[in-house]
Amino acid sequence: MNCDELLRALNEYVDDETVLALCREFAEHLAGCQPCQIVVDNIRQTIQLYRAGELHPMPPEFQERFRRALRERWKAKFPNSEV
Amino acid sequence: MTDTPRAVDSSVDDQPATGDQRQRWLIEKARTGDFTAFEMLVQELEPRVYRLAWRMLRQSHDAEDVTQQTFLSVIEHLEQYRGEATVAAWVLRIAANHALKLLRRRRGMMVTSWESGRGGDNEIASSLPHPEVIAPWRETPADLAERTEIRRLIDEALIELDEKYRLVFLLRDVEGLSVRETAELLGLSEANVKVRLLRARLQLRERLTRVLGDESRRAIPEHSHPPPPAEGNKV
Repeated sequence: MNCDELLRALNEYVDDETVLALCREFAEHLAGCQPCQIVVDNIRQTIQLYRAGELHPMPPEFQERFRRALRERWKAKFPNSEV
Repeated sequence: MTDTPRAVDSSVDDQPATGDQRQRWLIEKARTGDFTAFEMLVQELEPRVYRLAWRMLRQSHDAEDVTQQTFLSVIEHLEQYRGEATVAAWVLRIAANHALKLLRRRRGMMVTSWESGRGGDNEIASSLPHPEVIAPWRETPADLAERTEIRRLIDEALIELDEKYRLVFLLRDVEGLSVRETAELLGLSEANVKVRLLRARLQLRERLTRVLGDESRRAIPEHSHPPPPAEGNKV
């Protein structure tokens, strides 16, 4: 496996959803190729960073409207429910 | 229609503490008409729904609409959750569907960019951009995520990404939908999703590493390697 082949197989490796044979080839390449190792680490960190990213706060005035809409729909579906 | 109300008793022993198990339990309670359980579920999932909608649509007002429509749909379809996916994945799929409808409306009836190229991996990896700036990051993602200027940077990098790559990255990598779920939602083949995902990952990595990479430890890409040693020569 060379760097180009590694690049094409990157998704499977990052997702850890690939066949063992590819993993072995991939690992062999990574063991001898520091730049590719760094690229794989960078990609994993990129995904982690977006997952850890800010949860945009919902505006308070929307919260109120939102809860009211939910309660109304709930009452229509479950008329005897306490809301 | 079930109309027997039953409030959640938070002291009960069988209440799972966290995660998907707890959310499945809340759905079960909600199905019996328990609004408190439903509200708890909303509280747990609304930040992720709103974040996904905001990142897909880039407008607070639209993100609010999608958040509201999503949970109204959840009320309507409570009985249809079959438990194959996690509760979060089910709710996020509903949210993504609403957001996609809005995106389509914005574009009129034109074929949207994310729906073109459904014929397989015809955007194939042959022309993948090679990584240029290769350097370990100076800080961990957890530390970086705390900083305002980094949050701005990751938002900007996402905006710069072509929409067809951005949607795949958000659904698959950030919100954790499977490749198949992402493909179904966007009307693409799984092969297409994988190629777009790879392009998204490479572009975002490049953009972020230019800012976050440690210049003093920068590595030079080496595109030609000698063949690996034959099996018998390995230590």
